[in-house]
Amino acid sequence: MLSFVLRRVGLLVPTFIGVTLIAFALIHLIPGDPIELLAGERGIDPARHAQLMREMGFDQPLWQQYLNYIGAALQGDLGRSIKTREPVLTEFFTLFPATIELSLCAMLFAVVIGLPVGILAAIRRGSVFDHTVMGVSLAGYSMPIFWWALLLILVFSVNLGWTPVSGRIAVAYFVEPVTGFMLIDTLLAGDTDAFASALHHLVLPSIVLGTIPLAVVARMTRSSMMEVIREDYIRVARAKGLSQTRVILVHALRNALIPVVTVIGLQIGTLLAGAILTETIFAWPGVGKWLVDSISRRDYPAVQGGILLVAAVVMLVNLLVDMLYGLINPRIRHAR
Amino acid sequence: MAMLEIDRLTVEFGREEAPFRAVDGVSLSVDRGEVVGIVGESGSGKSVTSLALMGLIDYPGRVRAERLRFDGQDLLAASDRQRRRIVGKDIAMIFQDPMTSLNPCYTVGFQIMEALAVHAGGSRAERRTRTLELLEQVGIPDPASRIDAYPHQLSGGMSQRVMIAMAIACNPSLLIADEPTTALDVTIQAQIMDLLRELQTRNRMGLMLITHDLAVVAESCQRIVVMYAGQVVETGAVEAVFAAPRHPYTAALLASLPEHGSYKSRLASLPGVVPGQYDRPRGCLLNPRCPHATERCRAEAPQLRSDDRGGVRCHTPLAADGRPTP
Repeated sequence: MLSFVLRRVGLLVPTFIGVTLIAFALIHLIPGDPIELLAGERGIDPARHAQLMREMGFDQPLWQQYLNYIGAALQGDLGRSIKTREPVLTEFFTLFPATIELSLCAMLFAVVIGLPVGILAAIRRGSVFDHTVMGVSLAGYSMPIFWWALLLILVFSVNLGWTPVSGRIAVAYFVEPVTGFMLIDTLLAGDTDAFASALHHLVLPSIVLGTIPLAVVARMTRSSMMEVIREDYIRVARAKGLSQTRVILVHALRNALIPVVTVIGLQIGTLLAGAILTETIFAWPGVGKWLVDSISRRDYPAVQGGILLVAAVVMLVNLLVDMLYGLINPRIRHAR
Repeated sequence: MAMLEIDRLTVEFGREEAPFRAVDGVSLSVDRGEVVGIVGESGSGKSVTSLALMGLIDYPGRVRAERLRFDGQDLLAASDRQRRRIVGKDIAMIFQDPMTSLNPCYTVGFQIMEALAVHAGGSRAERRTRTLELLEQVGIPDPASRIDAYPHQLSGGMSQRVMIAMAIACNPSLLIADEPTTALDVTIQAQIMDLLRELQTRNRMGLMLITHDLAVVAESCQRIVVMYAGQVVETGAVEAVFAAPRHPYTAALLASLPEHGSYKSRLASLPGVVPGQYDRPRGCLLNPRCPHATERCRAEAPQLRSDDRGGVRCHTPLAADGRPTP
């Protein structure tokens, strides 16, 4: 197991180099520079512009800038945001809990609904329920996030007034950030009204962000389950006189979960990518919105650092998921 | 009255208007302590018959019967819950491929103890002791270390022993073995058959042995039921049927045994295959393959006629000299 982890961690190095290279190249490919955008519409004196560029090291050749960046990054210094002058790491980790909170809720939504729906669809394959689930999930998977978000806001926030339009908590509340997770912080503060407000604000963004993972989880569970319930050992379990529920939940589900867990792991990437759009639409103060803002400000250190950190999280989660396999699947546990 | 009575069992698949009859009016019985062999080539409905008995035929399959009684209980009228109390306890089944019959995610101990938990109850420790006992009984060396093994750590023969331990866990009065040795090596086959026979004698179980190995039937069974295309074509005591088969199909099966043709260069075989859904002939289902088929065989389906020697479904059953009687 240890050698497996080491091997996987070793593989992360070239991946990281690739990620920094791509992030670096792409952000420099976009026309415009941070000074120009900081100056805004008034413009800036070309001499002052050149001086500032020199001060920030942007006058050096790109390869030189890249090497400098990598050198600093290896020492744990991702630079300071041009806009706020704050270290990128600090900014990222201040905002990251908001994104985790949203992503976890979205995943929870996807798994809590996707698993049972997929199981039921597999058991009743060919039924109206099955066809409905498959149709709806295909629609959900195909729906552009921004459009789906606007649609939900229009119906539930604007017309019905059930949920807030944007933000993380109503402005009336102030909660001391301890963990950065609003749900936990409000509970720590003992403010149930604030907790309710935070929960209220989470509903729509979670649904929007969770829709694609939900569709994927439901479809994957269904197809995996359908394969498993045709297996010989399921017939044997039934021949033992076990109830249908026990056969499905104990004997079939555990086997069917193996591919579903992989897919859930892979969805973390989708989730963080989706968070960028979702956070922007719902004005959710997470890293997604921060990245978008940084891109439009050409805040080179923030964008590069943000992408690097998000990539790190995705890789880490996938590593965890791979290790989680062993827990479900004894064949893998014993192979090593 | 026999322990298991099946009367005119029919299992159909496919559309209601044009169903495919996998099992077509099968009647058979098994007594306590009796070993009945069910033989027939692939697709003759042997397995489906046993699955129907266990209540394992799923929608869209349809099971009908005049009578399906086990130990005086009507299985047709039983609710799912009532049936589950019998299945796995009084009637147990072992399957063809032991390597795919055990759930890869759970230890063998868990899978045996589960059967005990559902039917016998008892404390966890009692179930574990009983499981060790069962593993010992089926000839697994060092049960204490095997009880926590996962199926992928066992060989095929070992897995089939575990399957047998699981099946006999609750002391069933009827054991159905559906080609229990087909997926195993020849040397292991003999061991498994010996084990089954030994357990059958010791526990006085009824054993329904589904196989296409006639040698196994000759060695182990008291009665034989020959099936073809979902129908019973001949039944009788093993010695009598082997000595003088009355149905041309049984005769052909026996003639195809290597022992019978040891002095010939080619084994005897019956040309053709079991009819499927779309090529079922009129009249007797065997008539396109039968060397003795007459006009009557092609027009009119024969009924299973029983006498003191057993039953035969043929218009012109073979006499002792192997010639058809008019």
